[in-house]
Amino acid sequence: MSEEQAANSVNAENAQAQNRKRTFQWLRKVNAKVRTGYSLLAGSILAAVVLSMMFPPKRGKFVKSSAMFFKEMITVLPSVLVLMGLFTVWVKRETVVRFLGQGSGISGILIGIFLGTLPTGPLYIAFPLASMLLRKGARIATVMAFLSAWACIKIPQELMEIQFLGIRFTLLRLTATIVLLIPMVLFAEAMHDRKKEEKRQGDTVQRKNIFN
Amino acid sequence: MSITAIIINSIVAVCLALSLLKSREKTLLALKVAFNAAKRIGLEVLALIIIIGIITGFLPNRSVAALIGSERGLLGVVIAAVLGSVLFMPAIIAFPLASTLKSMGASTMAITAFITTLTMIGFVFLPLEIKELGKRFAFLRNGLSFVVAIVIAVIIGVILG
Repeated sequence: MSEEQAANSVNAENAQAQNRKRTFQWLRKVNAKVRTGYSLLAGSILAAVVLSMMFPPKRGKFVKSSAMFFKEMITVLPSVLVLMGLFTVWVKRETVVRFLGQGSGISGILIGIFLGTLPTGPLYIAFPLASMLLRKGARIATVMAFLSAWACIKIPQELMEIQFLGIRFTLLRLTATIVLLIPMVLFAEAMHDRKKEEKRQGDTVQRKNIFN
Repeated sequence: MSITAIIINSIVAVCLALSLLKSREKTLLALKVAFNAAKRIGLEVLALIIIIGIITGFLPNRSVAALIGSERGLLGVVIAAVLGSVLFMPAIIAFPLASTLKSMGASTMAITAFITTLTMIGFVFLPLEIKELGKRFAFLRNGLSFVVAIVIAVIIGVILG
């Protein structure tokens, strides 16, 4: 019997891997579509040229503010990107996942938020990671906190926020976000589990249905 | 260079030096990663610089203020939050855009809501999130994020005026 079970689980694993592969392919297509930097750049240049011809007196202000922003960008952007590179190289994704299960209650959620702020990859890497963690039995609150922090707080990006919006604004926004994330994920967990109780037929079966 | 920029660059320079002391190869790899990221977002950054020029140069200030200014109150915040949920752009270029909108009369509340929903909520990623984590998880996370974004915006708006 164990052989048959083993074969089944291998099949399930394969199907999952396939599913994931397809998802990534779909994403790459979306990315290609969304990130058509070229057309965006060409479109904005065209718009700028047309507008400059239509409203010549406003051209000066356009050139001045573009030049100013270019200067502000170029003084920090290289540093931000280098910091991102350093994180990618020094902080291993496996380490992040290993630490994520630790701590319980609020401390677990805080660990999740902290680990989410480490720039270890784009959001679409985080979804399969989160799904794996849930299947391994991690709390919904922790995983959701991790995912939300991964989405909205990234240490190198925050340097950009400080440069353009000021340190006071940045610190306030981050504090408010972290403080509010905790009740949010706890509430979400309660809502999520409530429905699960209603629908429950068999423990493991139900879990599989929800997360696959 | 502004003081902020000098501090940011110094911090990163220290990190880079420490990394170099620990491992030459890893540091080179990090620089490579950084260079690739620069190639990936470079065009978008250039486009953004032009778009910001267009917004400040050709768009009258009052149109921004009328849409998401402080006179608009909570409705302006909601508009900004919806825009942030639907649009898709890297956070790195969202901050300069937000600061431009702010200087043109957008309220602090509105730009906070914009930044928070922009980063936390991804309409583009929603199908993937549903696929990986289930409809319930995805809708709960995105829906609650929207509400939380508005609350954060109101808190910051009240504190910073």
